[in-house]
Amino acid sequence: MKRWFLPYLMLSPFLILVVMFYVIPAFITVMLAFTDMNYAMEWRFAGLVNFEKIFTDPFLPVIVWNTCKYVGGTLFFNVVFGFVLALLSTYYIQHEKSGIFFRALWMLPRISPPVVYVLLFLWFFAPGQYGLLNALSAIFLGVEPQNWLSEYAMLIVILANGFVGASFGMIIFSSAIRAIPQDIFRAAKVDGATEFAITKEIILPLMKWPVMFVSVWQLLSLLTSFEYILLLTGGGPFLDTEVWSLYSYHRAFVGFEFGYGAALALVMVFTAFFLTALMLKLFDFNRMIKSSRID
Amino acid sequence: MNMVVKKTPPVARDSFLKTLQKKWHLLLAYLLLTIFSLPIGLMFLWLFLTSISTHTIAGVIPAGFTLEHWSFLWGPVEVGGRVLPSIWQATWNTILFAGGLTIFEVIISTMAGYTLSRMNFPGRKLMLRSVLILHAFPGVLLLIAIFYVLNALGLIDTLWGVMLVKVALQIPLSIYIIKGFFDEVSWDIEWAALVDGCNRLTVWYQVILPQVKPGIAAISIFSFIAGWSEFLLLFTFIFSEHNNTLAIYLLAIIGDFRVVNYGLLAAAALFYIFPVLLFFLFTQKFLMKMNMGGGKQV
Repeated sequence: MKRWFLPYLMLSPFLILVVMFYVIPAFITVMLAFTDMNYAMEWRFAGLVNFEKIFTDPFLPVIVWNTCKYVGGTLFFNVVFGFVLALLSTYYIQHEKSGIFFRALWMLPRISPPVVYVLLFLWFFAPGQYGLLNALSAIFLGVEPQNWLSEYAMLIVILANGFVGASFGMIIFSSAIRAIPQDIFRAAKVDGATEFAITKEIILPLMKWPVMFVSVWQLLSLLTSFEYILLLTGGGPFLDTEVWSLYSYHRAFVGFEFGYGAALALVMVFTAFFLTALMLKLFDFNRMIKSSRID
Repeated sequence: MNMVVKKTPPVARDSFLKTLQKKWHLLLAYLLLTIFSLPIGLMFLWLFLTSISTHTIAGVIPAGFTLEHWSFLWGPVEVGGRVLPSIWQATWNTILFAGGLTIFEVIISTMAGYTLSRMNFPGRKLMLRSVLILHAFPGVLLLIAIFYVLNALGLIDTLWGVMLVKVALQIPLSIYIIKGFFDEVSWDIEWAALVDGCNRLTVWYQVILPQVKPGIAAISIFSFIAGWSEFLLLFTFIFSEHNNTLAIYLLAIIGDFRVVNYGLLAAAALFYIFPVLLFFLFTQKFLMKMNMGGGKQV
């Protein structure tokens, strides 16, 4: 009795929150997916209608394709750019303060409130002569103002998310590069290796696990996050930047089709579960669980 | 740190060339990093300059000095024929939201973190595992169902309700961080206190908590920034104007940003981002060590 009473008492606020905002919502999501609940908030079971709808939804091919472009593009940008930033600021620039300065600068997009960060992007790409990019291209290239946000919507979405996401890879890769023993570099240099060879033959092969970790983690985040897209383009123009999770959100909170929205979300929940399980399996999370030394 | 090939041998004639040959990697690295980072730096610099200048040269470079754009801080401002609501209501709501979030996070995570780090009980492994799974699992997927839960509890359109949701979504990360701090505290202290007659609860409160002050500071700052910046949950679950926070307030001004002068918008954005930048300056070293879930913003 006493053995579990105090621990669970201390854990109870956490557990209550988990039940209220994870467990119950997860069940509700599953149940909602089998109803046609709308703004009236009435439970009316509809069987598999929502799932049939997913397969016959005329917008869905576009949305799946958009999701692939968004996730693939941003992931590529994040990993490559994160690695380049880490390599430059950790290995090539050994002066610690400069490295920290650059890495701190790259943290800015991540810690900025999304609304402010997106505002800067909106400004930069604003249509008409007041947009910064338009003003710049008028001065240097002498071209007419363009509506960048509708012409290159997906590219801008990827760029905006990429600038936020690159810092994640950068931090992980930086600490991975720092963890490589300096002796290896010294030995390579004594053997006459060039910096390029060191990068290619020593650092890159050692980045295998960090790259895997960053990729799976970001895949999970990118599949499910849509905040920046919502703020930047709202999925538009037309459906050009509408990704799966945003579509689910729109269906539920704009179209008030809670049932269909939940069904769409459920597909992502299963994907997320699969990816989470994969991650826990790949990256031995067990060793983080240390045992107590009292009792 | 230490490069091995540091000193150039003093060969008189081509010593400069040799230095260049050895250092060009470094120069190139600085050059590339500067070019990559320039957009970020310039954007924020430009935000600041725009908020205090009267006009722009060629639509790009801010010029002339004025504090007029900041007048929303002390008086009513008219934008596009419509008077903006005072920013102070939204500011107060944001402080309330971020502050409340911080208090909840600290209390709940120190309790749970201590228990998970230093007590043995049936189900401990399962609990630890679920903290990790919940941390990795994107809670934003459950938004639709959470809407239903809040609605059923009568907490929809209240700051308290949204705060609870935010606490729940954020708490696995906080527990995970503070647990790391608890893990580092010496067991001797705990044993000594137990021998002296404390029970586990008083040990936690009187002996161990003071040892993890840096951890508490870290999660406080982290929670406060997260709450201050929150957008999606508030946007989705709050409908009344009197419950608006700064994020929504700013979004409302952006809404007609084609009419608005950029100066006012820049000033309001700076006002909003200022506490975040301030905290960031003091904590960036720690923040960069922390595993913060990429792109996962809720």
